Amino acid sequence: MLHLYELHGDRLAFDSESGALHLLDHVSWDVLSACAASGGPRPDPVRMAALERKFGSEAAACLDEANRLVADGSLFRPAEQVDLSHLYPEDPPVKAMCLHVSHDCNLRCAYCFAGTGDFGTGRRLHMTSETGRMAVDFLIRASGRRVNLDLDFFGGEPLLNWPLVEELTRYCQVRGTESGKRIRLTLTTNATLLDERKMAFLDEHMDNVVLSLDGRPEIHDRMRPRAGGQPSCHDVTERILAFLQRRGSRQSYVRGTFTRMNPDFDRDVLHLASLGITAISMEPVVLPDGHPLALGQDDLPAVEAAYDRLALAMDRMRQEGRGFRFFHFDIDLEDGPCALKRLKGCGAGCEYVAVTPDGDIYPCHQFVGETPFRLGTLRDAMASDNPRSTLDPSLRRRFADLLPASRPECLSCFARRFCSGGCAANSYHASGDIRGLYPLGCALQKKRLECALWLKAREGCHKEESA
Amino acid sequence: MSHIRTVATPSVNPPKGGVACGECQTSCQSACKTSCTVANQKCENPHR
Repeated sequence: MLHLYELHGDRLAFDSESGALHLLDHVSWDVLSACAASGGPRPDPVRMAALERKFGSEAAACLDEANRLVADGSLFRPAEQVDLSHLYPEDPPVKAMCLHVSHDCNLRCAYCFAGTGDFGTGRRLHMTSETGRMAVDFLIRASGRRVNLDLDFFGGEPLLNWPLVEELTRYCQVRGTESGKRIRLTLTTNATLLDERKMAFLDEHMDNVVLSLDGRPEIHDRMRPRAGGQPSCHDVTERILAFLQRRGSRQSYVRGTFTRMNPDFDRDVLHLASLGITAISMEPVVLPDGHPLALGQDDLPAVEAAYDRLALAMDRMRQEGRGFRFFHFDIDLEDGPCALKRLKGCGAGCEYVAVTPDGDIYPCHQFVGETPFRLGTLRDAMASDNPRSTLDPSLRRRFADLLPASRPECLSCFARRFCSGGCAANSYHASGDIRGLYPLGCALQKKRLECALWLKAREGCHKEESA
Repeated sequence: MSHIRTVATPSVNPPKGGVACGECQTSCQSACKTSCTVANQKCENPHR
C-alpha cells in the first residue's frame, strides 16, 4: 500500500510492499493522493479532471511519471502472498535464547517488567553452571541446520552472576566451534557492577553490549534507584562512558526507557548524545493500564511530538557532524531483511526462547513467570533425542502462526513490513491474547517509521546537495 | 519536469528460491527488548 504523509515541510510517499520511498512536490502529492483514494494507480476520472484544471498539462505528465514507477515496482506494488511454509519449510529451529543467568537485581526500577529481578516469583535466584551449560547445549541441539545463533546474557542483572557469564562465554566458544555454529553473544546490563576486568572481558567477547541509562539524571535517578534507594545515575554514567571509550565503534547500545513522567523523552536522548554516546535506544515503557507510569492514549500527542522533534534534531546534528544512531530510526532501505523475515519479527516462542535460572523455557523474556506460557524445561528437552519436540507443540504452533496477515488491522497498515505484527507479549498484556492488538504500540511504531523514512529522505537530499 | 524524486528504490524482495534461510538475527537480541523492530536487521544470506 502507498502511505502519503507530510513531515517538517516535506511530502513523502512510501510504498510499503516494495520499500521504495519518494519525495513529492505539490503536483505529485495531489495526483498520488487521488490515486491512493481510488485504491490504486488510476485516479478517479472526475478527480483527475479537477487536477488537470488546477495544474494544466503537468497533472497528466505527473501521472505518466507515476505510472513508470508503478511499472518498475516502486509504487502501488501489490502485496505478495506468502505462505507459512515458505517461512518455515520444516519445524522451526530455535536459534536465539535470552538466558536469565540471574533473577536478582541491585536496582529497583519503578517500571521493571521483571518484578525488580525475580519476575514476581519472590525467589531471587542465580543460574547454576549445570543449568547454564545445559541451556547452551539445548540451543545448539535445537537449532537444526541454522549456523548463526544468538544468546543474550540477561536478568535481573547478569553481572550479579559474573562467574557464570565468564564460564558460559568460554563454553559457547568451545561448543560453537565443535558444532559448527556461530554463537553471537550479547549482554544487557544496568552497568552498576562494570569494572576494568569485566569491561575488558565484555569488550573482547561480546558481539553486542546493551547498557541501561534513562537519560537526564533527574529522570534516571527517579526511575532507577539502587535497592537501598540511593541514586545510581552518576556512577552508572561514568562506568558506561568508560566502557564506550574502550569499545570504540564495535557494537553497543545505550538503552533507556521512557514513561508517562517523561513523554518529552527526546530531551533524554539528546542528553545521552551530548555525553558523546553514538548508539542510543529509548523504549516506551509497557505497563498495565492504571499503573502510574504507564503510557496511555492521552500521552500519544506528546510522545509523537517528541519523536518529531528528535528527528529534526538528528537531521540538524548529522549535518553539523554530530550525528548519532537512534535504534528506532535506524532502518535499512538498501540491505535490510527479505520479505519473509519481515513477516516474523522476533520469532518469540518458536525461534526465540527465554530460559530461567530454574531451567524453565518460555517464549521470550517478557513471558517469564506467566506459567500458561511455559514451553517446557531444559531437563526434559535434553533427555530427549529431539529436544525441540519436548516443547509444548500447540503453544509453539500458536506463536509460529503469528503473522501480520493474521490480524485485519495489519493488512491495512503501511508499517507491517517493519514491525511484523508487533510484540506478542505487548499484545497479550494489552488484550489478553497474543493475536490481539496493542493500539498504542501500533501508533508509536507508525510515527517512528515516518520519522525514520523522513531522515532517510533528508540524508538523500543532503548527499545530492553536497555532490 | 520531474514531480517525484525517488529517494530509495525497491528493496523488499523474497529470498532466492522463495524460502527463508533464517540466518538473520532475531530482533529482540538487539537493543529493544520491549518492542518489535525488524527493519534494522541485516540480511545474512550470502546467496541472496
